[in-house]
Amino acid sequence: MNELVNSFMTGPDEKGRFGDFGGRFVSETLMPLILELEEQYEHAKTDQSFWDEMDFLWKHYVGRPSPLYFAERLTERLGGAKVYMKRDELNHTGAHKINNVLGQIILARRMGKSRIIAETGAGQHGVATATVCAKFGLKCVVYMGAHDVERQQPNVFRMKLLGAEVVPVTSGRGTLKDAMNDALRDWVTNVRDTFYCIGTVAGPHPYPAMVRDFQSIIGKEVREQMHEAEGRLPDTIIAAIGGGSNAMGLFYPFLDDKEVAIIGVEAGGKGVNAKMEHCASLTGGRPGVLHGNRTYLLQDDDGQILEGFSISAGLDYPGIGPEHSWLHDVGRAQYVSITDKEALEAFQLCCETEGIIPALEPSHALAHVTKIAPDLPEDHIICMNMCGRGDKDIFTVAKALGRDIS
Amino acid sequence: MTRIDAKFSALKDDGKKAFVAYIMAGDPSVETSLELMKGLPGAGVDVIELGLPFTDPMADGPTIQEAGQRALAGGMTLDKTLDMVREFRKDDAETPIVLMGYYNPIYSRGVSRFLNEAKEAGIDGLIIVDLPPEEDDELCIPAQKAGLNFIRLATPTTDDKRLPKVLENTSGFVYYVSITGITGAAAAEAQEVAPEVKRIKSQTDLPVIVGFGIRTPESAESIAGIADGCVVGSAIVGELASGRKVEDVLAFVKTLSDGAHRA
Ligand SMILES: Cc1ncc(COP(=O)(O)O)c(C=O)c1O
Repeated sequence: MNELVNSFMTGPDEKGRFGDFGGRFVSETLMPLILELEEQYEHAKTDQSFWDEMDFLWKHYVGRPSPLYFAERLTERLGGAKVYMKRDELNHTGAHKINNVLGQIILARRMGKSRIIAETGAGQHGVATATVCAKFGLKCVVYMGAHDVERQQPNVFRMKLLGAEVVPVTSGRGTLKDAMNDALRDWVTNVRDTFYCIGTVAGPHPYPAMVRDFQSIIGKEVREQMHEAEGRLPDTIIAAIGGGSNAMGLFYPFLDDKEVAIIGVEAGGKGVNAKMEHCASLTGGRPGVLHGNRTYLLQDDDGQILEGFSISAGLDYPGIGPEHSWLHDVGRAQYVSITDKEALEAFQLCCETEGIIPALEPSHALAHVTKIAPDLPEDHIICMNMCGRGDKDIFTVAKALGRDIS
Repeated sequence: MTRIDAKFSALKDDGKKAFVAYIMAGDPSVETSLELMKGLPGAGVDVIELGLPFTDPMADGPTIQEAGQRALAGGMTLDKTLDMVREFRKDDAETPIVLMGYYNPIYSRGVSRFLNEAKEAGIDGLIIVDLPPEEDDELCIPAQKAGLNFIRLATPTTDDKRLPKVLENTSGFVYYVSITGITGAAAAEAQEVAPEVKRIKSQTDLPVIVGFGIRTPESAESIAGIADGCVVGSAIVGELASGRKVEDVLAFVKTLSDGAHRA
């Protein structure tokens, strides 16, 4: 680990950089908009009434704090470290995504924006955005890859019930990164009234920092709850990574607790090798520039972006938030990958031992827990982020297990 | 002085407006796009903007997105794009070539290596959509040092406060994007654009060229009339995509350049 760094919590710098990562790689049309957003966010961040409104809605609308749960039977089964789960799957709309959406929509309202756009992969961020827009009576347009619209029909219908317009994206190859491209194209076109609500710690500055700050409620709660439960900090914290927002949310408040080991779990798809059928940007990619920031990306030798592959639509993104790229390079966090097959096994194990149907995304984090827990002592405390529930995934899982439930 | 500077100074001496044409390198094949490129000067094109294909062209509309995808599907690469320029330069040492695209393929190559190769191949300037002035250290400053122009976009959202920053490290010409939107979207009216061009010209001596949404000889004429020239991209790329022969596309380009040159 880099001993020269005094604090890992000071980023980003005024250029929006975490080390060499991050930045503001956007077209001139958008540049004034993200500068305005940065200014407004910096102002809101220090405004107590902003956080009062967040706290109220987090409590009464989202259901925070989410429980910290000791997974007793799973711990017994694994026969090593104590496993805790941060139950963000119990949030309204079923995932951590709403933590961030709430913050961005409150900000959008303060900025007088009347139209909200978002990109979505699995549909969880789209559903969260549609939900909060419905609550505040805002127009909501969600861009979703045509391929994802096909495989996530229930979430598409949910968004429509909530009054959102869902735009199937056919540009490129019709996946999450193309949905993000089209959302950016919409924003460039509708600059005056539109707020772009990004669903993860990616995009141009200030998004990675802002989304991290909103998601950090996860880690802050874990600190307090772990003190209550165990009288100390956890030894290891683990989260799954698509763009990296639930992970940053858990990790950030622990970055300067050097005794806490931090592990991010990327989607290994069919395996992290030359075939590139995975979404492990850090373990299988290299630095590049996409969607407004410099970060590790899946790309070919010519700098063309590759499509990821994962059983989990929420992890299916060829990039990763720039702060993770930095934490990776300075060695503060460790990043590993888990294959589809391993995630499916963890999914089933969680259902059977804990009575919790996890989303496929946190199943990746859990799979890594099952790999390391058995070799750790019984007084070692692991906390994994159960960032989403699996209702949205049962069709995918059934198909993968060869069962017909249609 | 680059070929771009020389061209604009010659146009100024002749009292002529510039006509700039955009095509995508490798669309639908290297052969066809090279044939088209070679024909552009004869069709009245003063400056060629050569698109470097990228998988994620965030500022482009469907026409140019699809052109890039066709090029990539046909195996287009940065090396082949530079080869196209070298081939073009064999018979044309004068027409300025501006490479237009996104940063990642260049970053992936390595900035200093790219700049050496681009300069040697015969490229004169760069328009890199996702590099605003805030990221000037990345490519803009090194490019100018290497003797390439770095042409910046100014847009309707570039207010007076910001304009000096946008103009600061710009060279060659200023590309005014006449609408908030993506390439190929609806055109702006000349009378709406005129005050914006004036606003920019009050702060720079560089030529101001207007683009986005121009599709006809008439609008080329009226837009060029209120600026130092105009750019047409999607309309030309779209003609080629509709299956027209290169000579027919060039005939269409000639009508556009005639329009601009009438202004
Ligand atoms: C439950 C769940 N977890 C994780 C993710 C991945 O996003 P992130 O890495 O930003 O947390 C998603 C995205 O859709 C999700 O729905």
